[in-house]
Amino acid sequence: MKEHRISGAGDVELAAFERGSQHHGAPTVLLVHGYPDTSAVWNPVADLLAERYRVVTYDVRGSGQSGHPRATSAYSLENLAGDLEAIVSALSPDQPVHLAGHDWGSIQSWEAVTTKPELFASFTSMSGPSLDHVAHWIRARMRLRPRPLGELVRQGVRSWYVYAFQLPLLAPLAWRLGLARAWPRVLAFGDGAQPGDGWPAPTLAADAARGVKLYRANMSDRLRRPRERSTDVPVQVIVPTGDRFVTPALADDTPRWASNCWRREVAGGHWLVRVQPDRVARWISELVDNVEHTEGAPSMERLRPSGATRAASTRLAGLVVVTGAGSGIGRATALAFAERGATIAAADINPDAVARTVELCRVLGAAAEPFTVDVSDTDVMEGFANSVESELGVPDIVVNNAGIGMAGNFLDTSVADWEKVLGVNLWGVIHGARLFGHMMRDRGEGGNIVNIASAAAFTPSKTFPAYATTKSAVLMLTESLRAELAADGIGVTAICPGVVDTGITTTTRFVGQSEDEQARRQRATKRLYQRRNFTPDRVAEAIVAAVERDTAVCPVTIEARVSQLAHRFAPGLVRKLATVDLAPR
Amino acid sequence: MTSSLRTATGVSAACAPPTGEELDGFRSSQRIAYECTEAVAATLRPGVTEKHAAHQMRRWLEERGVHDWFHQPFVWFGDRTAFVGFRVPLQFFPTNRRLEEGMPFILDCAPVMNGYTSDVGYSGCLGANPVFDVLMDGLAEHRSLVLSGVRSGRTLRDIYDDVDRLLATQGFDNRHRRYPFGVIAHRVDAVPEAGPAPVIARFGLNNLRNLGRDIRAGRRQGWSPLWGPYRSSDHGATPGLWAVEPHLGFRGVGAKFEELLVVTRDDAFWLDDDVPHVRRWRRVPTPAVNDSEELVRAAP
Repeated sequence: MKEHRISGAGDVELAAFERGSQHHGAPTVLLVHGYPDTSAVWNPVADLLAERYRVVTYDVRGSGQSGHPRATSAYSLENLAGDLEAIVSALSPDQPVHLAGHDWGSIQSWEAVTTKPELFASFTSMSGPSLDHVAHWIRARMRLRPRPLGELVRQGVRSWYVYAFQLPLLAPLAWRLGLARAWPRVLAFGDGAQPGDGWPAPTLAADAARGVKLYRANMSDRLRRPRERSTDVPVQVIVPTGDRFVTPALADDTPRWASNCWRREVAGGHWLVRVQPDRVARWISELVDNVEHTEGAPSMERLRPSGATRAASTRLAGLVVVTGAGSGIGRATALAFAERGATIAAADINPDAVARTVELCRVLGAAAEPFTVDVSDTDVMEGFANSVESELGVPDIVVNNAGIGMAGNFLDTSVADWEKVLGVNLWGVIHGARLFGHMMRDRGEGGNIVNIASAAAFTPSKTFPAYATTKSAVLMLTESLRAELAADGIGVTAICPGVVDTGITTTTRFVGQSEDEQARRQRATKRLYQRRNFTPDRVAEAIVAAVERDTAVCPVTIEARVSQLAHRFAPGLVRKLATVDLAPR
Repeated sequence: MTSSLRTATGVSAACAPPTGEELDGFRSSQRIAYECTEAVAATLRPGVTEKHAAHQMRRWLEERGVHDWFHQPFVWFGDRTAFVGFRVPLQFFPTNRRLEEGMPFILDCAPVMNGYTSDVGYSGCLGANPVFDVLMDGLAEHRSLVLSGVRSGRTLRDIYDDVDRLLATQGFDNRHRRYPFGVIAHRVDAVPEAGPAPVIARFGLNNLRNLGRDIRAGRRQGWSPLWGPYRSSDHGATPGLWAVEPHLGFRGVGAKFEELLVVTRDDAFWLDDDVPHVRRWRRVPTPAVNDSEELVRAAP
């Protein structure tokens, strides 16, 4: 690592550190730290980025080895942006740099990219909005409406320290009288960030006490007299949903200020740079590669904020995997997501049927790819998951829908029947959740897994014991997996439809019946389901809504709701009804 | 033609197959009806209302000597072509909905010309609409499917189910089920020519009388002039003329055709192959026009 001493705004001396690729033409990435850190907070990320880029970090004025002017006014955003400019002109005079800022590092980077755009090729902002944007954001929400007011209150509560920092003596004293010593434990307890790698710096107590001036010099002025701060520099906003200081809503208005922006909502807390350095490095390099047009750069189109900027809404327009997409609920679901601008990976055992689904998705203007898949086959499913990842990327939503019907007494159900129905209805879901769940967790940007169970999951019956067993297992799998993936921001949902008019009726196997009798019962069931007249597209709409709201268990149709309630409150009645043969004759 | 048609036993004289002269009469009636829809369709511009278009059609036909109807013109624009949100029959009647660029529309009229009733449906679109195009392509398969079903002597209810299966395979919704009695087709007949005829709720009384007579006779003899999904359609096609109107829907867009199918004692054929939708398919050949039977077999 090479050290530089650079003269910043007002002749404050700055300590900058350079590492990584010395290859001529390698892009320069400049990382700016926040409060109360030093450049050491970036070390793990910087080391990873240094494998491909020239990486520069520096101690912001008042911290670490840089100079620390006494006057509060020396910490104004103009001076901080001036420092950034000095660093860029000293270390990358000919080539704009890729900027990434965390916390106050991001706040001052916003000032720099909006006032000196020519110095920057791209900007990744984490947990630090422009203060001017915040002021406009607050003004836009000063309305007597529950939602904007709720957003204001939530952010207001999380900004408690901002007010505290305005009080004389309090914060600096606290830092010097022991908070700095306790700090590593506070971090580890709150965000799971482990100290190490020179972080927190030995200068923490003094840095933190001095850094309060950042707040005092800028907050009240910027919030009271916000300026217009816009930029054409490509901006990626990384939004950790669990940030205890900055709410995701604060990033909602970014498109108003950055004409070319992406929003990456991720599961995690404020010190993401320490807790998940590999992911942060990957997200930064994705933007760098996109801006530099590096070959093989993954597409970031799915991160474009659409009209609505909420995570779920952007996710709806991402990559959606649907199994059993050749007919019924699967096809309707694929079309519902296609209509919302998603890219569809449609899988079905019937190649013609899935090809048709893909054709219809494309008619609706969506990108879609067909896959012929037997969900009960482990190897086939692994191949499918790999192809999706390599051809289309990591899915945002996975709908494990493929399923078959089976009716008839338990004692008439053969081992082969069991294997068939378990294979599709349970193993299919296991494979889908397992393979794509791994991908989603590794990517760290959350997602949704939707498993299609059934009202039969809570309706014991002698009419369809095998089917109900598989669906009940799907429900339990869903609930358990939901608990496991909650920390990763991956929602897991079980959809429990009742009587829905789909092709499942005409392929349901009625065990213990002759061929003719089976055909007759299939017809009779089909007619019953047709009379019920609940169409698959209504289930698809329920699925979309469940994804948006991250519902745990979603019964669809009135009979499914009644069944769920009865299961809960009148189990005795449910047991009685289970002895009635429900099959239409 | 291979097999003879499996018709209901003891069908009344009302079900006599039409003579050559009658066929000519029906054909020219259907031609004038289609000319009307095409002429009015060509005048449609953004801002035109359903009521206005329906009025234009009526005037166009009356100027050419039509004064009795099976039904007066129906016009649907936009998502009304797919009967979105239809709860009561009154909603079928023309409204003040205005046509916009990219909107689908359906013009449907059933005039009596020289005593011969025809009933046609014309689907179009103002400008480009890919959803509309895919629906029109899909209709081609239904036209061959219905004909081959009737020819092979399947019952009307079975053919109705075949159409449903094909619809499901295609990924479309069945919209004809929304018609009164859920019919995909109904019989039409010749009516006596006697000056302007009374009309009730847009339907001509002469034709309604014919239909009522057929329903009563059919109930006794085990057949129905209304081709629906119910047990009353559990019989082969009766000789005569059937106005067949498969109506498909997809994501708020509907498309249909309606034209007369001639059923004789041992054969069936479309009264006229020179109709707008067939001309459209000839212009832009759809790959699956002749594969409809296979598609039905492949249906889940």
